[in-house]
Amino acid sequence: MAETEISKMRQRPIVRLGVLLISHSVLVSVVCFTAGVLALLLLPVLAKNTYISENALMPGSASSMLSNQEISEANKLIKELTSLSSKPSGAAIEIQGLIAHYMSSLDAEVNYHKFHPQLNQFHPLHFFSSPDSGVMQENSSCSLYGINIVGIIRAPRGDGKEAIVLVTPYNSVKSSVNEALSLGIAYSVFSLLTRVTWLAKDIIWLVADSQYGEDVPVAAWLRGYHTPAFSNLGTLNTETCHDSNNIDVLKGSPNLETKISNGFRRSGTMAAGLVLKVAYRNEIEDSLCIHAEASNGQMPNLDLINIVNYLAVHRQGLRVKVDKFWSLLNSKFLKILGDLFELVGKLVKSLNPDCKFGIPAVDYIEGAATLASSLYYQALGAPTGPHGAFRDYQVDAITLEISPHISFNKDRRNDFLLQGARLVEGVVRSVNNLLEKFHQSFFLYLLTSPSKFVSVGVYMIAFALLVAPLPVVAASLYAETHDLFPTSEKDRSATSDDLSSVLGSWKWLNSAKTTFVVHIWGAIVSLLPYFISHNSNPTANFRMWILLSVASHEILRWILGSPFSHICGRPQGEWAVLKSVTIFSFFIGLCLMSVINFATAEIGALLMVPMALMAHPLKLDIRSRSFKSFLRAICNVILGVISFPPATFFVLKGIFEGSFSGTNVGDFWNWVESLWAWNSATYLYIGMVHLPCWVLCVYILLHPC
Amino acid sequence: MALFLRSNHLTAILLVLLLCQLLYASGSVLVKGEEEFSEELLLKPLPDRKVLAHFHFETRAPPSNSHGRHHHLFPKAIAQLVKKLRVKEMELSFTQGRWRYEQWGGYDTISSNNAKPPGVELWAVFDVPQSLVDASWRNLTHTLSGLFCASINFLESSTAYSDPEWTFQPSLGKLRYGTLPREAVCTENLTPWLKLLPCRDKAGLSALMDRPSIYRGFYHSQRLRLTSSESGLNGVDSGIILEQTLTVVLQPNSRTGKIYSGKTNIQPSWSISSIFGRKVSGKCVLSKTSNVYFHIEKGLISELENLQKKNTNSGADKFALEGFSSNLAFELSVTPDKMFEEVDNLDNKSASVLYEFSIEKYSDSQPFDLGLTWKIPVVWSTRQGPLHASRFLMGSGNQRGAIAISLESTELNEDLPNIDGGCELRVDIFQVVPWYIKVYFHTLRVFLDQKPRAVADVIEKIRVSPSKDKVSPGVMEMILKLPCGTKSAALTLEFDKGFLHIDEYPPDANQGYDIPSAVISFPNFDTRMHLSEDVNKSPMLSKFQEKSPVLSYTEILLVPLTTPDFSMPYNVITITCTVFALYFGSLLNVLRKRVGEEERLLKSRAGQKTGRISQLLSKLSAKLRGKQQEQPQLSAAASSFISFKLVFKILLVAGIAVAWQYFWE
Repeated sequence: MAETEISKMRQRPIVRLGVLLISHSVLVSVVCFTAGVLALLLLPVLAKNTYISENALMPGSASSMLSNQEISEANKLIKELTSLSSKPSGAAIEIQGLIAHYMSSLDAEVNYHKFHPQLNQFHPLHFFSSPDSGVMQENSSCSLYGINIVGIIRAPRGDGKEAIVLVTPYNSVKSSVNEALSLGIAYSVFSLLTRVTWLAKDIIWLVADSQYGEDVPVAAWLRGYHTPAFSNLGTLNTETCHDSNNIDVLKGSPNLETKISNGFRRSGTMAAGLVLKVAYRNEIEDSLCIHAEASNGQMPNLDLINIVNYLAVHRQGLRVKVDKFWSLLNSKFLKILGDLFELVGKLVKSLNPDCKFGIPAVDYIEGAATLASSLYYQALGAPTGPHGAFRDYQVDAITLEISPHISFNKDRRNDFLLQGARLVEGVVRSVNNLLEKFHQSFFLYLLTSPSKFVSVGVYMIAFALLVAPLPVVAASLYAETHDLFPTSEKDRSATSDDLSSVLGSWKWLNSAKTTFVVHIWGAIVSLLPYFISHNSNPTANFRMWILLSVASHEILRWILGSPFSHICGRPQGEWAVLKSVTIFSFFIGLCLMSVINFATAEIGALLMVPMALMAHPLKLDIRSRSFKSFLRAICNVILGVISFPPATFFVLKGIFEGSFSGTNVGDFWNWVESLWAWNSATYLYIGMVHLPCWVLCVYILLHPC
Repeated sequence: MALFLRSNHLTAILLVLLLCQLLYASGSVLVKGEEEFSEELLLKPLPDRKVLAHFHFETRAPPSNSHGRHHHLFPKAIAQLVKKLRVKEMELSFTQGRWRYEQWGGYDTISSNNAKPPGVELWAVFDVPQSLVDASWRNLTHTLSGLFCASINFLESSTAYSDPEWTFQPSLGKLRYGTLPREAVCTENLTPWLKLLPCRDKAGLSALMDRPSIYRGFYHSQRLRLTSSESGLNGVDSGIILEQTLTVVLQPNSRTGKIYSGKTNIQPSWSISSIFGRKVSGKCVLSKTSNVYFHIEKGLISELENLQKKNTNSGADKFALEGFSSNLAFELSVTPDKMFEEVDNLDNKSASVLYEFSIEKYSDSQPFDLGLTWKIPVVWSTRQGPLHASRFLMGSGNQRGAIAISLESTELNEDLPNIDGGCELRVDIFQVVPWYIKVYFHTLRVFLDQKPRAVADVIEKIRVSPSKDKVSPGVMEMILKLPCGTKSAALTLEFDKGFLHIDEYPPDANQGYDIPSAVISFPNFDTRMHLSEDVNKSPMLSKFQEKSPVLSYTEILLVPLTTPDFSMPYNVITITCTVFALYFGSLLNVLRKRVGEEERLLKSRAGQKTGRISQLLSKLSAKLRGKQQEQPQLSAAASSFISFKLVFKILLVAGIAVAWQYFWE
C-alpha cells in the first residue's frame, strides 16, 4: 500500500493531470463542448478589422485615369451587342466576331479558344490530384463546343513574366443585358490599359463562353494554359469530325487576320484573376458582392479582398457585401445572444474602458449570418463562382458581382459603368504594383463582413475545444473496462494471472475490427454513386444508393463476421470498448479533415461529437429505469436521428429555408452530386468519417448487453 | 646628309613594306593605320504604328604598335580591357522590354542581332589557355560591372554562366555565356555607354538620345560588341573593332486619331524631332561617316506597288530618287541623297529600299529633321522567321512542372534549302536552366504536328550538361532536323523544383525565379541583305550584308518556388530558447534533487492528516461521480484541493480588483 502510494506520488505532474482529466471525463467533455460551442458563437465578436498587409499594393494611391471617352466606347459595344443578340439566329458567331474585332482594334493580341465541355462525372481517384490534360477528353462530343475569346495586352516595357487575368462570362447563345454590361466594363478598362505606361504585367481578358455554365469555359481555358495537350488522339478525333468553319467565319474581315489567331496565346505566370459580373438584384444602392470561396474551402489571399473592399468603399462608394444566410438575420436565438454579448461588452467596458470587447447586437447578427455562410461555403468544398478554377492552379482570384441601383435607367448607366470600370482599374493597378506574388496576408480565414475577418488562430480554438473531449472520453472508457483505475487495482493485481490479463488487454482488437469493417463499408458507400450515377432521376438514384448501401453492409457483416458475435469474458464492457475505439477513430478522422478542409471538420465536429460522446446502449438505459438514464436514452435517439447525414441535410435545409414543404428526397442526391462533381473532400469526409461513426454509434445504441 | 637621306628612304621603304603587310594580313578597310569612328542611324516604320530607331556607332583601332598605349578616338577603358583579359570577342547587351517577333519582324539583321532578351546578356570568347578562361571571365564581369554601373558581377558565380559549344560560334570551349534576366536597365547604364563615344552625346547623332523619350519606348536595347583581331606574333598590338548599337522602338506621339473600331486607322506621321524631341545639328566632327538611313521593308514596298498599280495603271515606277516625292502613301520631308535597293536573288519583284541622308551638310542653323507623313492608311506585315518560337511553363504547384518550347510555322516555307532530295529545316536550341530547376533531360519529348515522335528521329545532335547543385546550371544544346512542311513542333522537359538555402534566396523571393531565355537559331536561313551598290563605306550596311543566321530569343519564364516565411528565424530563435531553457532547467532539477530526502518528506506528509476541507471535497467529488468511495483518491484530492485554494485566491484577488475599479469610478 505504502509502496504503491509512493509510486503514485512520484508520477510526473503531467501524468497526474492526465489521470485527473480522464477520471473526470464527463465533466471535462461537458465543459469543453460547451466552451467550444460558445467559442464558435463568440467568433463574430472576436473578428478583427481587415488591413492591407502588403505595402506594395498601395490601393487608391493613384487617381483613376479612366474617362468618359472609354465609357462611350464601351456604350457603343454594349449597344451593338444588344442589337445583335436580339436577332433570332446565327447571332452567336457574329457576337463573338464583334467582341474579337473590338479587342483587336485596341492592338491587343486576340485568339479564339475552342473547348469541349466536360460532363460532371464522378472520378473516385481524382480527389486532390491536379487537373489533368488528357483524361477527360474522350467524353466530349463533336457538336458540343464553346468558343472563348482571349485578348492579351503586352505590357509595353514589361518582360512578360506575369499576367493579370480579367474574366467576363458571356453567353453568346442566350445573352442578357447584364452580361453585355459586364463586357462593357471590362472593355473600357481594357481599352484604357492598352494606352497606359505604368503597366508592368500583361493583361489577359477572357470572354468566357458561358453557355455550358460559367465555370466550365474558365476551367477549360486554364487547363489549356497550364497543361496543354500536344498530342491528343481524343482531341484529334474531335477535330477531324468537326470542320472548324465557324472559326473561319469568325476570321472574316481581312484586316484582322494577322492579329486573330487560332493558336493558344499565352503570357506569363498569373498573378491574380478577377471575374467580373453584373447582376440585377433590386438593391437600394449600387453594391458589390464578393465571392471568394474556391474548391475545398481554399480562399484567395485576404489582401485581394481587402483591396477590392477598400477601393469599392473608399473610392467608388459602393456597398460591399459578402454572402450571408438571410434567414439567420431574423433568428430570435441570435438576437438574444447578440443582446447578451452587447450587455457583456458594456459591462466589460465599464470595468476597463480600454478593453474592446463586444459589438452591437445588430452587427453581431449580421456577422453571425455572414460567418455561417462563410463556414458553409468553405465546408461545401465547391467554388462559389468561376474564380474557383483559378485556385486549382494556385492563382488568387475572386468574383466581383456588381449590382446597380434599383432605379436603373439609361442615364445612370454611364455612371454605373464608370464606377465599375474604375474599381477594376484600381484593382488591376494595385496588383500591377505588386512585385511578388500574394503572400503577405492570410490564406486561412473566415469573413464576418467584407471588412472583418477571423483568422485561423482564433477559429482553431473552437474546433480544438470541440474535439478535445474525444481522446479523453476514449481513454477513460478504455481505462474503465480494463480496470486501470487505481481504485479497483488492489484486488486484481494479486489474483489475476498473466495470460488473462494479456488477453484482456487485447480485447479492443475485436472492436477495432468492427470499426474497420464499418469504415470499409463507408468507403464502399462513397464509391457506389460511381456505378449508379447513370440514371437521371435523383430520387430513384437516392433510393438505389440507400438500398445498395444496406445490402453491402449486410454482405460485409456476413463475410467478415457479425460485430456482436464475439463472446468475450466481460460482455458488459464490450460496448464501452467499441465506443472507445469509435471515438478514437472519429477523432483521427476529424483531425485529418481539419487539415484538408477546416470548415468541414468544424461543422462535422459540431454535429457528430455530441452523438459520439453520448452514445450508450438503450437497453441498459431502459433497464436501469432512472430519470437520468431515461433522459439520456431520449437524447441519444434524437441525436441519432439528427446526425444521420441525409437527416441533417433536410433538417438544416428546413431551418434555413424556413419550411419543410417542398423538400424532396432527391435533393440530397443532387447535393451530394454537386459535391463529387467539384471533387470536394467533404464528400469523402461524409462517406468515410461521418457515416461510419454514425453507424458505429447506432451499433452502440442497439447493443444487446 | 646623304646618310640621312638614305635612312629616310629606308624608313619610307620599310613603312611601305609594313603597310603592304598589314593590308595583306588584315585585308580590311584599315588602309591607313588610323583610328576611325562612324555614326549611323536607321529609321524604319513598323506595321503596328511604331518606329524603330537603330543607332550604330563603330570605332576601330587598327593593329599597330605605333600608338603604344595611346589612342586618339578609341576608348582607353575598352582597349585596356581587351589587352589585359585577352578578349577575342565579346558582346554585352542591356535590354528593357520584349522584341515582338510577330509584329516587328524576325528575319532581318536587326531582329537577329539586336533583339536581345530582357535584362543583361553577356558572352565573351577569350584568347587564353583553356584553364584560364574562367578566371578571365570573372575578371571581365567585374570590370564590366564597374564600367557600366550594373550588377554584371553576379555573373561571376559558376551557377550563373555556362559554356555553349555550338550555339554562338564554334569556340573550343573558350566561350562563356551568362544572362541576368532581372537586371533593370536605365540611364545609369546608358551614360557609361555614351562615354565610350568620342563625341559622347554632345554632338552628332548621339545628341538625339533624349533620355525620357528613348526610355519611353516599347523596346530599348543597348549593345556593345567587341571584336579584336588576332594579335600579331611580331609584337603588333591587336586591332579592335568596337561596335555600339542602340535599338529603340518608339511610339510616335500623335495619338490624335482616337482608335475607333471598324476601320484601320492611318499610320501616325512622325519626324525625328517629334519622336526624340531633338533635331540633328550636324555630325560629330570626329566621325568619318555620319548618315541617317530610312528603311522601307519588303512588305511595305509590295503594298505600295499594289497601290500604285491600282491607281495609275502605269508600270510600277519603283521608288527611285526622283519618283519618290510622287509616292501615294507617304511623304518624306527631306530629299534623300542616295538610294540603295535590295536585290533579291529569287524574284525581282519587290525588295526593300534604303534611303541615305548624309548629315555632313547640316548645321546648327539648319538642323536635320527627317519627317514622314502618311497620306493613306497602309497595312503591311513584316517578314517572319521560319518558325515562331515561344516557350512556356506547364503544370502548377510547388513540386514539379515542365518547360515547353513550341515552334509554330509562319507562312515562310518557300525558300527552304533542299538538302539531298529531302527538305529539312535545321533548328538549333540553346537553353540554360538554373540549378534549382532540376530538369530531367531524359523526359525530353518531341511532338511534330501534334504527334509524338521518337527523340532520335528529330534530334540530330544534342549536348546536355546536367546541373550540379550550387555549382553549375544545366545546359542543353541541340540541333533539330524538322521535315519541311512541319506546321508545329513542341518540346517538353520536366523538372522538379529544388530548395534553396536560406541565404541563397534573392530579394523579393516570393516573386519567383527566372529561367533565362532560350536561344533558337535557324542556320539554314540567313539574314543577309543583298544591296545593289557597294556600301563599303558604311559599317552598318556592311554589317547588314554579312552572313548571319536567323536568331530569336524566347520569353523569360517565372517559376514560383517554395519560399520560407522569412520571419521564421525569429520563431526559430524563440523555439530554440524555449528548448534550451527546458533542457537546462530539468537537468539542473535532476542534479540538485536528493531522492532519499524527498521520499522521507513525502512519507511524513502522507502520514499527516489531510485537512478538513479536502476531506469534504473528496467526499463531494465521490458523491458527484456516483461511487461509494471510502478511501479518497489522494492525488486527485490533493490536486483538487490545491486548485481549489488557487481558485479561491484568484477569485479573491479578482474581487478586490473589481471592487477597486468600482470604487475609483
